[in-house]
Amino acid sequence: MPETIEKVAIRLKVNGKPHSLQVEPRKLLVELLREDLDLTGTHVGCDTTYCGACTVLMNGAAVKSCTMFAVQADGAEILTVEGLEKDGKLHPIQAAFGDSYGLQCGYCTPGLMLSTAQLLANNQQPSDAQIRKAIAGNTCRCTGYQNIFKAIQRAAQTVKGA
Amino acid sequence: MGPEAAKKNWVGKPLPRKEEDRLLRGRGKFADDIKLREMLYLRFVRSPYAHAKIVSVDVSAAEALPGVVATLTGAELAPQVQPFIEIAPDPGGKIKDYALAVSKVRYQGEPVAAVVAESPSLADDAAELIQVEYEALDPVIDGEEALKDASILHEEAGTNRVWRGVFEYGDADKALKEAAYVVNIDRMHFHRFSSTPLENNVVIAQWDPKDERIYYQCNNSFPSFAIQFLAAHLQVHIDRIRVQTSDIGGSFGIKITTYPQMAVCAMASKKAGGRPVKWVETRSEHMTSSAHGNERTFRDTRVALDKNGVITAIVSRHIDDCGAYPRYEPLGCVIWSQVFPGVYRFKNARIDFSQAVTNKCPVGPNRGYSRMQHLWFLERVVDICAHELGIPPDEMRLRNYIRPEEFPYTTPNGCVYDSGDYPKMLQVAKGLIGWDDWKKKQAEARKQGRVIGIGIGTTLDSGTNNFGQSQIVNPGAPFSGNSQGANCKLDIYGEVVVAVGSCPQGQGHETTAAQVVADVLNIHPDLITVRTGFDTERNVHTGFSGTYASQFAVSGLSAVHGAAQKLKAEMKRLASSVLNTKEDDLEFGAGAQGPEVRARSTGKSINYWGLANIVNVNSAVLPVEMHDVTLNCRYIWRAPFKVPDTVKKYGSLTLTYASQLHIAVLEIDRETFIPRILDYVAVDDCGTVINPGIVEGQVYGATAHGIGAALMETCVYDAVGNMLTSTFSDYTPITAMNMPKVKYGHTETPSPHSYSGAKGMGEGGAAPIHTVSAALQDALFADGIFIDDSFNNADSLFRAMVGKEISQAKQLVRVERRT
Repeated sequence: MPETIEKVAIRLKVNGKPHSLQVEPRKLLVELLREDLDLTGTHVGCDTTYCGACTVLMNGAAVKSCTMFAVQADGAEILTVEGLEKDGKLHPIQAAFGDSYGLQCGYCTPGLMLSTAQLLANNQQPSDAQIRKAIAGNTCRCTGYQNIFKAIQRAAQTVKGA
Repeated sequence: MGPEAAKKNWVGKPLPRKEEDRLLRGRGKFADDIKLREMLYLRFVRSPYAHAKIVSVDVSAAEALPGVVATLTGAELAPQVQPFIEIAPDPGGKIKDYALAVSKVRYQGEPVAAVVAESPSLADDAAELIQVEYEALDPVIDGEEALKDASILHEEAGTNRVWRGVFEYGDADKALKEAAYVVNIDRMHFHRFSSTPLENNVVIAQWDPKDERIYYQCNNSFPSFAIQFLAAHLQVHIDRIRVQTSDIGGSFGIKITTYPQMAVCAMASKKAGGRPVKWVETRSEHMTSSAHGNERTFRDTRVALDKNGVITAIVSRHIDDCGAYPRYEPLGCVIWSQVFPGVYRFKNARIDFSQAVTNKCPVGPNRGYSRMQHLWFLERVVDICAHELGIPPDEMRLRNYIRPEEFPYTTPNGCVYDSGDYPKMLQVAKGLIGWDDWKKKQAEARKQGRVIGIGIGTTLDSGTNNFGQSQIVNPGAPFSGNSQGANCKLDIYGEVVVAVGSCPQGQGHETTAAQVVADVLNIHPDLITVRTGFDTERNVHTGFSGTYASQFAVSGLSAVHGAAQKLKAEMKRLASSVLNTKEDDLEFGAGAQGPEVRARSTGKSINYWGLANIVNVNSAVLPVEMHDVTLNCRYIWRAPFKVPDTVKKYGSLTLTYASQLHIAVLEIDRETFIPRILDYVAVDDCGTVINPGIVEGQVYGATAHGIGAALMETCVYDAVGNMLTSTFSDYTPITAMNMPKVKYGHTETPSPHSYSGAKGMGEGGAAPIHTVSAALQDALFADGIFIDDSFNNADSLFRAMVGKEISQAKQLVRVERRT
């Protein structure tokens, strides 16, 4: 039986913008992003940490926001898909996914791009095997991954050249 | 028509997709992204039993919880609605299907009650307070067992057999008598899986008391089908139901049959005084109770062959398992016959086809729907016969393929295959994979004790259904033909706006529709706005509108093309009057003032703003004889079908036949029994290609679904009907770690049945399932093992290779040699 649940105060930065919120301890990070901050680009696909549609960067590391409580993000810096573009211009990863037919329905794409961002932040010349491993936790049901591999290679080229 | 009409600037080009920008920026609008004022949240209470009587449902504790607005039970719902339409004739037609179970439950996960509350978490809490008492009944898990009627699911039907029909053509008995060889195959089985779109089902419903209309925002992928079911069920005029879809996160057919959940949300909204009700399915709900693909068992197959290994007849008995409620079924009992002989020439056949209900999740039209099961069966037959007769599998196919010069080819059941060249596809695929090299490598590897197989899968992706085939399953069904609607207009300021009755889920309809209109008007596709996503209020839908069954390139784009031609004709009439010249002096294009119509003789032109201005806001200058010009042109494309002969089960059932030919090289690890794909080729022929980038993407996607289904993805039920694969962690959809690199090849035989030569595509015919089975079979023939199931993972291979199933497998196939 639920009793009155006391809310917890947290502060965090999302896409560079600071937020102070009162949240129920059971609230998931993805719920905070989608429902409280209206950042609906982060999606929920499986509820069990398999599919990665909810992937965001927390302090630079890719995390599955459906498997974290919002309170665990207290003090953190979060990057979501909405924060990838700069001044209206697509991030090289976004451009590469578009140019490579790297998406179809687009539901998994935000999570895949953030996993790619983590990969390319640490490795700008990823091998085929490293690319596969980097997105092993991101399920795509439309593309068969082929054009996603191409997109990540293309993004690596651009990021490296930048 | 001016010469510019013949130009094809945009169709055929890999134009980047118009959909991309919003999706890449995280600005896609998916159903769960929508929030409405005063919105409530719905949770279902679901059955933990596969088969049980409902003794009591107690909602009092839930209703007492602060924040709970309403509850709904089956017993409360049933008197207020009609049972859903059943497509089957009796006995299947007697089944009573309600959105919430009334007196018994028939599969684990079946909704029994619903609760709506002020927040999703409150609804979760309240759902746990609803007490349901059950009395367990014997579950029926297997389709063949179900046909014995030992435990009946639907008492009103009196049997678990939903439908039975015999499809008989030519003289199979004579062919069997005269055959040089008869190959008998005891039993084969096509497994149950789902293409599991990444976005779960979502419904937002509002039964608005102000205008007594029901407003839906959802991700149903065949809304015109859903509203027909909902209107009859809820007893409202169909015009009172508005359905809108926006971006959809995949469907693959699985989101077609969500009308029961849509009905509950509407009834819950009504009970909650008209507040909008949102239901967002969890993944476990999706796995246990949205829809699965059809499972099918093939019994007592007899194949007649002549002395050269040419198949002359097939006789078989097929049992389809549709789960607890037929819903879209028994359409699958005829849809497989769109590809009755597959890609093969045999003329004599008798297929005794039955469908059974079982205590499992209801099925829905999963990608490759009903045809893939049959095509897999045929490919297994071809490989097993080839092996028994000592004919190489490629040679066996060449001897049996329909020949390129035979197109258009009429099948024994009256379907017309529009075009194709299967031998050429085989040649292209063999070239890409390096067939001869792999054969040598395979022989070397075998000497080292490695288990490597090479398999071919040839498949068809039939598109644009003749819904008249529904009359083969039920002569009283009021459906035939196929149509699609589109509208093309110049808006008040001259913008070109296209609307079409599809609801794409990643297929790029905005892009391909713009390509088609761009060619008609000779302008850049960026100048064309395409409204996709379904909306009953746009008035461009017919009863067939939606996105399913590999048809947009034919039905959707034909409608778009027709509407654009109609608009162009009106623009010509108006421009010829304004520019004072003959219509054949006019040309279309873009000038300094944007898109325009020009007179060649004088160089004078009028731009789209000018044309739209006259018709919309300056109409006193519109000549009287042009008062019928609206520049707002609706066009309904109709497929040229007739009602099939329902007694002979004969007629044209689909308009186009795209084909795919795949080859896989696969190795089974001797120690772990894990099958690993070493090389893979997919060759596709979908006629004239509208956008090569989109087509290639569809091929890759269907290939991943097929490889996943063949090796990783299966819906497992235990003996009492517990679903054991109710999360992604158990179901394991294919990931980047498991998906091999795919070499893509392409051949092109334009369809004579579509205006552009294009064929519908996208389902892919599940070629990888056939191909992976063939490769595993090739690897294991030497050990006397027959691949008799479409699903093979390390566990099943271990059981086949070292377990006791080997001896059983050896008895699976028996050959009668008459020469």
